[in-house]
Amino acid sequence: MDAIFVTEQLLNGLAYGFMLFLLAAGLTLVFGIMDTMNLAHGSLYMAGAYVAARVHDSSGQFVLAVLVAVGVTVCVAAVLEVLIMRRLYRRDHLAQVLATFGLILIADDAVKALWGPSPIMAPTPAALAGPVHLMDGLPYSSYRLLLIGVGVLVAVGLYWLVNRTRMGMLVRAGAADRQMAEFMGVRVGRVFSFVFLLGAALAALAGALMGPVSAVQIGMGEAILIPALVVIVIGGVGSVRGAFVASLLVGLIDTSGRAFLPPLLREVLSPSLAADVGPALASISMYALMAVVLTLKPAGLFPARA
Amino acid sequence: MLKMKQAALAVALCAAFGAQAAPVKVGIALDISGPFSALGTESRDGFNLAIEKLGGKLGGVEAEFLQTDFGGNPEQATQLVTRYLQRDKIDFFTGPIASNAALAVGPALFAAKVPFISSNPGPSQYAGKQCNPYFFGQYQNDTYDEAAGKVANEKGYGNVVLVAPNYPAGRDHLNGFKRTYEGAVKDEIYTRVGQIDYAAEIAQIRAARPDAVFFFLPGAMGINFIKQYVGGGLQDIPLIAPGFSADQDVIAAVGEPMMGLINTAHWAHDLDLPANAAFVAAFREKYDGRYPTVYAAMAYDVIMHLDAAVRATGGKVDDREAVLKALREARFDSVRGDFAWGRNQYPVQNYYLRLVDKDDAGQVTNRLVGTVMENHQDAYVDECRM
Amino acid sequence: MTTVDCSDEMSPRALRGGAHGRLGTWLPWGVLLALAVFPLLAPLLEMEYYVGFVRRALIVMIAATSLNFIAGVGGMVALGHAGFIGVGAYGVVALVDAGVGSAWLAWGGGMLAAALAAAVIGVVSLRTREVYFLMITLAFAQMLYYLAVSLRTYGGDDGYGLYVPLSLGAGVDALAHGFYWVVLALAALVFAFGSRLAVSRFGHALKGIRDNETRMVALGYPVFRIKLAAFVGAGAVAGLAGAMLASHNAYVSPSLMHWTESATLLVMVVLGGLGRRWGAPLGVALWLVLTEVLKLYTDYWHWPMGVLLLLVVFLAPRGLAGLLDRRGA
Repeated sequence: MDAIFVTEQLLNGLAYGFMLFLLAAGLTLVFGIMDTMNLAHGSLYMAGAYVAARVHDSSGQFVLAVLVAVGVTVCVAAVLEVLIMRRLYRRDHLAQVLATFGLILIADDAVKALWGPSPIMAPTPAALAGPVHLMDGLPYSSYRLLLIGVGVLVAVGLYWLVNRTRMGMLVRAGAADRQMAEFMGVRVGRVFSFVFLLGAALAALAGALMGPVSAVQIGMGEAILIPALVVIVIGGVGSVRGAFVASLLVGLIDTSGRAFLPPLLREVLSPSLAADVGPALASISMYALMAVVLTLKPAGLFPARA
Repeated sequence: MLKMKQAALAVALCAAFGAQAAPVKVGIALDISGPFSALGTESRDGFNLAIEKLGGKLGGVEAEFLQTDFGGNPEQATQLVTRYLQRDKIDFFTGPIASNAALAVGPALFAAKVPFISSNPGPSQYAGKQCNPYFFGQYQNDTYDEAAGKVANEKGYGNVVLVAPNYPAGRDHLNGFKRTYEGAVKDEIYTRVGQIDYAAEIAQIRAARPDAVFFFLPGAMGINFIKQYVGGGLQDIPLIAPGFSADQDVIAAVGEPMMGLINTAHWAHDLDLPANAAFVAAFREKYDGRYPTVYAAMAYDVIMHLDAAVRATGGKVDDREAVLKALREARFDSVRGDFAWGRNQYPVQNYYLRLVDKDDAGQVTNRLVGTVMENHQDAYVDECRM
Repeated sequence: MTTVDCSDEMSPRALRGGAHGRLGTWLPWGVLLALAVFPLLAPLLEMEYYVGFVRRALIVMIAATSLNFIAGVGGMVALGHAGFIGVGAYGVVALVDAGVGSAWLAWGGGMLAAALAAAVIGVVSLRTREVYFLMITLAFAQMLYYLAVSLRTYGGDDGYGLYVPLSLGAGVDALAHGFYWVVLALAALVFAFGSRLAVSRFGHALKGIRDNETRMVALGYPVFRIKLAAFVGAGAVAGLAGAMLASHNAYVSPSLMHWTESATLLVMVVLGGLGRRWGAPLGVALWLVLTEVLKLYTDYWHWPMGVLLLLVVFLAPRGLAGLLDRRGA
């Protein structure tokens, strides 16, 4: 366990954390501003991944693929917002869970009809296929560095948007106290649409970027939805800052759990017991973290509500 | 009174005719949705190709093939099999991809004396302690790994790192590898089932610097792992996998980065056999030039096997003992070539080495490189009391 | 806050009187009678397979009723209820592995295990509210799932087969449909008990907590203990369902506890009508029958269920039971 190994694992934790952040940011905004549980956020992620993969595979242009994916997904999200989401803003959480769960079912079959049930090809862009030598003896996946880079850019961009623009101010007002914001004359409907589409764009971006390093298949949205929900709960619903901190925390803990826990346990326990306990503990580390945080701070680390 | 007698006579006649014309029913439980949907669809393509070739008949007799999706969920598999047995009264059963579904439905089928011809799963339980005359395997799960261990020996890999998901099947596969491998195991890494990100494990492999890496990561897990492994710049450490982690479905999702991966299986699409060549050609013609996976090949073989067995019984599938005898003794042109049945009704067959490479048309696919083991039998046959 | 119809949804309608009131008292007995004679009539209708189908539906209904109670009456919407079903099932596995052969003992053991799990999880989770409660119950269920997957002794992902059926007692075992009638009897008991409990003092206190917890605290109710009692009770009943499911399938696998099972259970309850007396039976029946029928005809059976959910959310927000209620009233 030398410095290179530890550095690499820290970078891995950050990369995974940033990937989660892209998804969690949109989810927490929608939940925080519109008080709407949108389980179909994972399906928007899946749409982004599929469109980007197909465009990239046929055109060879990665940047184009990402842009097209975000564009198409935002259009779909706009239709969704007008037809369904608008009617859900006033409803209780259970109705929202039910309706968006229904959307997941429809989306899964739509994707199956369009692209078949098997995972599809999502190639890594040629320029980023190889590693970058960060230090002597540490070749690191250049694509992962791109992910970290994009994650940082998005974080900075969201910070600027939420804290330094007028729209961001309206968003924060809506998150803190929706009714008061309405009384103060904020065009709440427009803010809501903006937030929903922004969330969809972030989800599509996450999907498009995750394609080359993961399996693009039906159900990929649900698989990453759970970690994203864990992140926004730990961070405090409605808080982008909370989502940022929580996703990095979850990324680091999950990665460290997998990297350091099994060898550590082998020092202390018998090999067969360590082989049983180590991976099991590593699997549940994210949930254990959430349980601990909620026990100490039942509304998450940075609750957005006043 | 007279009407009743006439009615009774009519019913009896119909029953008599009906008994002669009753089609042979094959219940197929498919993984169309769920974790193995890609493999289940491949299986279905193989089944349908064979059914089409035989004109919907088995052994010259009309046959009915009931195909239903059970979503990869073993609990739903038991419900489906109950329906097949009680409502549809099937004569044969096949279809599931995963061992857990096979273990879930086996007991009901064996109790009802319905032969279960596996189209993929080869659990060690049915090869050993729970062997049953009503189960016919395609290969025993560990054999692919045992072949891989032998390959690692032959290539002179002195130490390896092993990777598998943390569940009993994962451990079994790694144990299979260790059974034949003679070098040192530097590390055994167990990942979470359904894990998406393998960066931590890849860093561990990099730190350990083994001669090779052997991994068992079925489905999407394997796709993710391979993509990230290559992206992490570890191509100089060779990857060995059992055939299911490197077949055409994974290649379709990963592509060129996979080239150079060696894998073992009991079949390859370029095996030089007339039955195989015909199968591959027919498959490629029907399914847009796509190469079949081992799942499609096994599914095709199951139907051919049933065809030969039903023909041997002369279409009378009610005599269970005769059916079993026919299943055991019927000769058919398997796409993997000749093989014999072991005492536990798992095949004793060859295992081959395949390399992911480009074919003459530039398509990325597996290329047959050599034979690893000939007439190899699984390691559990001695535990079987049949 | 979850919006639930505040009229006495789970009360026996007899209290209201009138024609509708009589239907309310007769209906449960009618349904019970029909279900009781069904296995005897099934061979005549060539529906023997469906006896097993109905038996499974009844077991799922027991679990759904327990969820309906805590979510509808108690306002505690949990997304980890399948975890307790799993604990009940694995409780049976552990006892069978240790040599127990009596169904009553094994099922009782499963129930106890589930109650214990619910107690531990409840103590931690009930301090949170709303979406946080939803997520933390999900987290615990996921932990149980991963635990079951990695446990080699009980089969892990391969599952555990119960090759020797458990004994219900010599008299019952001899009956061809003994297991079915035991399940039906227990389902009827759970249904009746749930209905009565909802209008008892305990039920009213729970509804009060659901509607305004602060007020109940001010009034001096032991709020946390009431919620915990309800949660543990529901967990135990779900554990019973899990234990019976183990016997029904003669097989247990971790897939019982996957989060999609919890989500489906919740969907069934809301579909039928959250907090309503017939919510669980209607929701379970509708969902199971529809999925069974759809799967016979097409590969694409997900989207019609999705459309159904959307329709229910927008057109029948009080679920199927609510829809039928309005027509009757």
